[in-house]
Amino acid sequence: MANNRQTYWGKTRNHMIVTLVIWFFFSLVIFMFGTELNTMSFLGYPLAYYMTAQGSLLAFVVLLFWTANKQEKIDGEHGFSEREEN
Amino acid sequence: MLKGGFIKNLPKIYGLYTGGFAVFIILMAIAEGFGLSAKNIGILFVAFTVCIYALIGYLSRTVQVDAYYVAGRQVPTVFNGMATAADWMSGASFVALAGGVYFGGYTYMAFLVGWTGGYVLVASLLAPYLRKFGCYTVPDFIGTRYGGNLVRACSVFVLFIASFTYVTAQINATGTIASRALGIDFELAVWVGLISILICSMLGGMRAVTWTQVAQYIVLIVAYLLPVFWISNQGGFGVFPHLMLGDEVARIGELEQTYGLVKNSAADIKAAGVPGGLKQLSVAHSAVPDGGMAVWKYLSLAICMMVGTASLPHILMRYFTTPSVKAARKSVAWSLFFIFLLYSSAPMLATLSKLSLLDSNLASGIIGKSIVDVQALEWVQRWSEVKQVFIADFNKDGILQLNEFFMRGDIVVLATPEIAGLPFVISGLVFAGGMAAAMSTADGLVLAISNALSHDIYYKIIDPKADTAKRLIVARVLLVIIGAAGAYIASFRLTSILGSVAWAFDFAMSGLFFPLVLGVWWKRATREGAIAGIMAGILSGLIYLLYVYPKFSMYIWGVVHEPWLGIDHLRFGMIGAPICLVVMVVVSLMTKEPDKATQEMIDETRIPTGKTVIGR
Repeated sequence: MANNRQTYWGKTRNHMIVTLVIWFFFSLVIFMFGTELNTMSFLGYPLAYYMTAQGSLLAFVVLLFWTANKQEKIDGEHGFSEREEN
Repeated sequence: MLKGGFIKNLPKIYGLYTGGFAVFIILMAIAEGFGLSAKNIGILFVAFTVCIYALIGYLSRTVQVDAYYVAGRQVPTVFNGMATAADWMSGASFVALAGGVYFGGYTYMAFLVGWTGGYVLVASLLAPYLRKFGCYTVPDFIGTRYGGNLVRACSVFVLFIASFTYVTAQINATGTIASRALGIDFELAVWVGLISILICSMLGGMRAVTWTQVAQYIVLIVAYLLPVFWISNQGGFGVFPHLMLGDEVARIGELEQTYGLVKNSAADIKAAGVPGGLKQLSVAHSAVPDGGMAVWKYLSLAICMMVGTASLPHILMRYFTTPSVKAARKSVAWSLFFIFLLYSSAPMLATLSKLSLLDSNLASGIIGKSIVDVQALEWVQRWSEVKQVFIADFNKDGILQLNEFFMRGDIVVLATPEIAGLPFVISGLVFAGGMAAAMSTADGLVLAISNALSHDIYYKIIDPKADTAKRLIVARVLLVIIGAAGAYIASFRLTSILGSVAWAFDFAMSGLFFPLVLGVWWKRATREGAIAGIMAGILSGLIYLLYVYPKFSMYIWGVVHEPWLGIDHLRFGMIGAPICLVVMVVVSLMTKEPDKATQEMIDETRIPTGKTVIGR
C-alpha cells in the first residue's frame, strides 16, 4: 500500500513537471525570441503578436484539459479514482 | 429550494436565464426604436441585472456553515468554471484591458499571458490538493498544515493586504460604472455599488456568490463578445474576428508608419491642458520592442501575474466548492476556457477600435480629418464633456494628427460601439457587463477577506467554542465592515484601477505562493520556515514598493528612485517571492523536521480518494 502510494506520487510529480515544462515554453521561452518570431506569420498575424494575443492562451486551455485527463488516468492505474458523485 | 433538484436543474435554470436576458436585450432594442433615451437604456440595463443578482442572492440564503463557506461542496465542474471566470475577470479586465492593449501594444499583452498562464500553476500545483485538504479558507490550509495560530495569523495578514488592495479597485470600478450608467455622482455611486455587492453575498455567503457569479459571467461574456463580433461583421473586417484580423493588424502597422508615432513632451501636454489619465497613441500595435530590457520587462510582468494568480485566495477558494478532487482539476480547465473567451477578444477589440479611428478611408476614422469636423461628432462631444477625450492642435494646422488625439483607455470598451455606429442598446449592455465584472470580483474578494477573519481569526484563534449561529453572524458583520471600509477608501480614488490590481498579485505572490506550494510539495517545510518566509516575503515586497513607487518614495525619501533591474512597482513580487523562498527553505532546514502526524497529513493530501484531511 505504502509502495503504491509512492509510485503514484512519483508519477504525479513527473506529470506535474511535464505540464510545467510545456507551460514554461508557451509562457516564457517563446517570448524571449519575440523579435525573431514576429518575422514569421500565422493566419496573417505576426507570430509573436499572435502568440501573446491568442496562441499561448489557447495552448494553456488545451494543456489544462490534457493534464486533467492524464492525471485521472494515473489515478485509475493506482486505484485512486474517485467514484462519480452527482 | 430543492437541493438535489436544484443542482440537477442548473443547465435548465441558467438556460432560461440566458434566454430571458436575450429577450430583455431585444425589448430594449425595440424600445430604443420607439425613442427610449440612451440614458434610460443604461439605467434599465444596470438596474435590471442588479435586481436579478439580488434575487439570486436572496434565494441562496443559508444558515449552514458548510453552505456559507464552501457552497456545500456541490458546485458542478462547468458551473464552477463560470463562477471562477466571473470571480477572476474584474472591472479592470472588462473595462481597462482592451484599452491597455490599445495603448500598450505588445508589452502590455504580457498581462494576457500572465493572467491565463497562472491557471496552469493553480491546476498542477495547488487546486486539487487544497480541495482534498478540505479547508474553508486559504489560511485554514496554512494554519493546519504548518500548525499553530501564529502562522495562521501571518497568512491572514498577507491575504488581507493583497485582497484589500484589490477590493478597493473593484468597488471603485463598480462606482465608476454605476455613476456613468445611472448618471449619479461617483461618491454616491460607490455606495450604491457596495449595497449591490453586499446583497449578493451577505445572506448566502459562498453559495449565494457562486450562483450570482454564474449569472454575472453570462451577462459579462455576452456584453463583451457581442460588440466585437458585431463591429467586425458590420465593418466587413471578418465574420470571425479572432481568426480574420491579420490584414487589419498589418494595415494598422502601415498607418503607424504614415502618421508616425510621435511622443509629446510633458511640457506640451501640460501647456495644452490635457486632463489627467488621458493618453495619446505612441506605441506600435503589433511590433516587438527591441532590446534585452524590453524582453525582460515582458517576462518579469508575465511571471508576476502568473505566480500572483496562483496565490490569490479568492480564486483558490473557488476550488474548495467542487464535489471532488477530480472535479477541482477539471474545473480549473473550464475556468481558463471561459476566461480565454474574453481575454482573446480584448486584442481583437483593440484592433477594431484602433483601425476605426485611424483609417481615414473609413467613415468612423478621425485621424487626418479636420479638427472642426471631428469635434462636431456626437461621441466626441459626449466623451469630451466628461473629460474622457481631448483634442489638442499642437501644430495649428487644423488637421487632427495621431499625436493630437487623447483619450482614456476605458473608452475602447465603453465607446467603441458608439464610435462604430452601433445602436445604444449595445452600449447599455456593455455597462451591464462592466458592472457584472466588477461586482462579481468584489463579491469574491470581500467574501475571501471576511471568511478568513471570521473563520481563521475569530473561530480558530479567538473563540473556538462559538456555535454555528454566532460564527455566521460574525462572518456577516465582518463582510459589511470590510465592504464599507473598501467603499470608503475607494471614494477617495487613491490610485488608478490597474496600478492597484497588479499590486494585489505582487503582494499575494510575495507572501503566499511558496508557503502554499511547499506545503504540498515539500514535506520538510516547517512552521518556523513558513512564518519566516511569509513575513520576509511580504515585508521585503512592501519595502521595495515604497522604494520604487514615485509617489511613496517622494513622500518618504524625498527623491524618485530608479527601479533596480527594471523591476518597477508593477513587478515588486520579483523581489518578495524569491526572498520568501530562500528564507523559508533556509529556516526550514535549520529547524526540526515536521512530526509524524504532519507528514501523514501531507501524504493523505496527495491522494485524491478518501475523506478530506480536515474532518468536520
